[in-house]
Amino acid sequence: MRTAVVVFPGSNCDRDALHAATLAGTDAIPVWHESTDLAGADLVILPGGFAYGDYLRAGVLARFSPVMGAIRDHAVRGGLVLGICNGFQVLAEAGLVPGALTRNTSLRFEHRWVTLSVERTDTPFTRAIPAGRTLRMPIAHGEGSYVLPDADLDALEARGGVLFRYAGPEGNPNGSARDIAGVLDTGGRVCGLMPHPERAAEAILGSDDGMLLFRSLIESGARSMAAA
Amino acid sequence: MTTPMTTPAAPVVSAPTPDAPPLHRALGLTDGELDAIRDRLGRDPNDLELAMFSVMWSEHCSYKSSKPLLRTLPTGGGDVVAGPGENAGIMRIGEGLAVAFKLESHNHPSAVEPVQGAMTGVGGILRDIFTMGARPIAVLDGLHFGDPSKARTRHLVRGVVKGVGSYGNCVGVPTVGGELTFHPSYDGNPLVNVMAVGILPEHRIMLARADRPGDLAVLFGSTTGRDGIGGASVLASATFGEAEATKRPSVQIGDPFAEKLLIEASLELIERGLVDGLQDLGAAGITCAVSETADRSGTGIRVDLDAIPRREAGMEPFEVMISESQERMLALVDPAQLDAVLEVCRRWDLPAAVIGVVTQEPLISIWTGGLDGTGRPRSGATELARIPAAALTSDAIVHERVGEAPTRRRAAPSPGDDAAATTGLPERGVDPAVVLQALLGHPDLASRAWVTRQYDATVGASTVAGNEHGAAVLRVPGTTMGLAMATDSAAPVGLLDPRLGAALAVATSTLNVAVTGARPLGITNCLNYGSPERPEAFWQLQQGVAGLGDACRALDLPVTGGNVSLYNESAADGAIAPTCQVGVVGLLDDVSRVVGPAFRGADDVVGLLGTVQPGLAGSVYASIAGGAPDDRPPSLDLAAHGRLLGLLHAAATAGLLRSAQDVGGGGLAVALAECAMWGEVGALVELRWPGSPATALFGEGPSRVVVTTTAEGWQRLAVLAAEHGVPLERLGVTGGDRLRIELAGASAQGPEERGPVRIDLLDAAIGVLREAWEHGLPRALGDEGWTPGPGGTPAFAGRGVAPTPDAVSTSSVAPVQAAAPAQGPAPAPGAAPTPDAA
Repeated sequence: MRTAVVVFPGSNCDRDALHAATLAGTDAIPVWHESTDLAGADLVILPGGFAYGDYLRAGVLARFSPVMGAIRDHAVRGGLVLGICNGFQVLAEAGLVPGALTRNTSLRFEHRWVTLSVERTDTPFTRAIPAGRTLRMPIAHGEGSYVLPDADLDALEARGGVLFRYAGPEGNPNGSARDIAGVLDTGGRVCGLMPHPERAAEAILGSDDGMLLFRSLIESGARSMAAA
Repeated sequence: MTTPMTTPAAPVVSAPTPDAPPLHRALGLTDGELDAIRDRLGRDPNDLELAMFSVMWSEHCSYKSSKPLLRTLPTGGGDVVAGPGENAGIMRIGEGLAVAFKLESHNHPSAVEPVQGAMTGVGGILRDIFTMGARPIAVLDGLHFGDPSKARTRHLVRGVVKGVGSYGNCVGVPTVGGELTFHPSYDGNPLVNVMAVGILPEHRIMLARADRPGDLAVLFGSTTGRDGIGGASVLASATFGEAEATKRPSVQIGDPFAEKLLIEASLELIERGLVDGLQDLGAAGITCAVSETADRSGTGIRVDLDAIPRREAGMEPFEVMISESQERMLALVDPAQLDAVLEVCRRWDLPAAVIGVVTQEPLISIWTGGLDGTGRPRSGATELARIPAAALTSDAIVHERVGEAPTRRRAAPSPGDDAAATTGLPERGVDPAVVLQALLGHPDLASRAWVTRQYDATVGASTVAGNEHGAAVLRVPGTTMGLAMATDSAAPVGLLDPRLGAALAVATSTLNVAVTGARPLGITNCLNYGSPERPEAFWQLQQGVAGLGDACRALDLPVTGGNVSLYNESAADGAIAPTCQVGVVGLLDDVSRVVGPAFRGADDVVGLLGTVQPGLAGSVYASIAGGAPDDRPPSLDLAAHGRLLGLLHAAATAGLLRSAQDVGGGGLAVALAECAMWGEVGALVELRWPGSPATALFGEGPSRVVVTTTAEGWQRLAVLAAEHGVPLERLGVTGGDRLRIELAGASAQGPEERGPVRIDLLDAAIGVLREAWEHGLPRALGDEGWTPGPGGTPAFAGRGVAPTPDAVSTSSVAPVQAAAPAQGPAPAPGAAPTPDAA
């Protein structure tokens, strides 16, 4: 299975994502933002960081990057896309996942470890996660408060579009609507989440729960390849 | 070599007016320094040359007052790859890898404009690291502010924290630790010291040299603007007067996004062997970069002023030459590699231009009118400045300053003598548990979560232990190794005895690193003192350097670099407490064996390593309770300290330590409380102590460590400790949800009317202690609405188990509110008289 990690100018979790995807056993390669060739990747990761400096608003410039057209085509073809933190912001700005990410209600950058509930384990991103299992991983962002009109939130929940919620005793770290930490697009192949699974992929770093996501994706990649 | 006696024709820096002071004085140079410049040039300098000298001969760039002192420090050693004089110190760690690290100050810019001052402080120290070919992996900061109840302090704290965080977070280097203290001496002059650490393959080391005449000087990164004009001279090398707001234009502006691109482009250039030398631009801008790289190699650089890309039109030559615009690099490039270098810069969207050429003749010359393809001046070009490179750097003026000890009102008590103080708070009838809560809530000791939540501590996916404890631990990717790092100071003791204070900073920081199981490798430092032109302040600097040298020689640790920040004074608030900030990096051969500070579970044996006599003078306790005349500063036995460091490394390597926490601020009681809070396990402890309960519980001293072992491991640790000549005392066992410390043999001298409170017993519920600890800092800073909740790295701070702040609610809660200054235990100015207070 091949994983492409997109590198925007200002991406700063690209190396971490490459490391975790490699550790998980995928063939992980970086793809420059000016490229339109995803090198046959099964999974595309948009990593965290401050793409293009995040001037104006997080993710707003990156969505005009040449690579985004290729990612859109990849998603339309049913390819897997995972946006982490800034990558989630880029996906939301590009309309590939619903919602918007606004400033944390604290009006501060928030870094801390959080506990996530997994709302569905029948998706390509979560199928290796035992039901009822919560995940520990860090968040690190200034604009992670998930926003969507109430009616759309109802619809999102009704279609099973909420994948992760903040569920620990530490509560909701950024004021996200309905404690939402990660969502799925309508096709179920594109996921954005604010917490960082790639930073929680080895026990020495405090948690290896993030590896469950990568394992899920490998299983899913293997299945889609088998189906192809 | 020919140095013409004629003066190059430079435009004037500012038009003279009849009443204006002479230009050299306006630029911060003395009449004597002007004479020295004339000596070196053999003629009068023109205005542009004078401006270049003024920044290069500033205290900040030239170390003109401190150089003779710094030469006394030990800098060598088998593992040192690059030492002082380079952009950062580099030490070998094995497997072909090396660690680069350095500590630097950005004090005055942060006092004037805290967000930008702190941001550019982080940016500058990161450039020092990657300029040498190392990828930055961590930032730590040593922050010192004034009284936290003052509005100005709160403004500065918020701004500096925001600046440190927003730069590190964006550039993608984790901010993993540091130090935050409050003392009224910093009211007018806060300290912002930033340490950065990087890793590189040893063969990739890049030096800031211009070895090859004919190489092209390529400036890349941000364009040059009018920000930071005179930052090194007017701002960093002068005492604050009344009108500091007028110095705002001297503060540089940071752009972490540009820095991120600069890191990637620079490392790519080095990795691919495309550059012969690389130097970042910081203080004194282009002038410093060209003169230092040339002088290190005995060459010169001819600069084409017109070729320098600018941010704005109409800049004067002197502005271009001394601008401190951030995020710029100077590369020395073989002409054959130029296209490849420019292509890398283009890909990273970084403006780049050839701005000069390396010459055999060791001169820095500045030309307008252009250079031709071979680097020679075009016909009609004009030379604006011509200065021997050495005159700007290695042959800059050195001042032999006069140091003089202050006249003391009486002799200070000798360190470490055990005094049976009779005026301690317990003796006065205050429940020791309440004193402990007040200490845990003290802004110097309380949880740093209010600050560290704003820092991304896990980007890079290498952070093993983050920023809630004494040292941070990062793994070295691709190996089993780990690096432990810490930065500490001991300014309150430095105020009593600057030599002891500096040595204690070394002792504290090395111990913070060693309790993780790491072997300290080397030292970087930032010497923050007052005006060297004042004999007392210069004496403090002399003493500080002596103390630093004492400690490093005794512990056999090289000083691989550092920074000196003088003139830390303000007209209104006087000089700062002498602050020797020390940074240490240590090596863990096997990072999976890292030892944490938190108790790990019930029924472990609690022990105390080391027997130093603690003292109350200069302690956090004294800042709450006030100092007593017979309070002693702690004693320091450097040989014993070295044995302790060795033992900790051996015990951790043997896997004997379940936990280890050094006894620091607040003394033994605070150390035990931290182990208990962080591990959510209590302890029953008995301490044999015949003296004052206040000294026993809250006295501070170096070289003591609270450890736990399994019951079976205890004997093995005892044998190992004996082999290393380190005393080990059994204190008790872990368990339960309370911390209970009984003092056996405590002298019970005190007023009889103290009532039913026992002064020889400290008993507190962990939940109550945690409440005080978690809320102390936001309360002190007036941010009552801030909510804590769990944070930190789960492997260390509770392993993912949620704390229960409301676990126990006992009667001891009530006295907290009544007796403890929990609502604002600010170190009140004048509350702690010191022996040498004027």
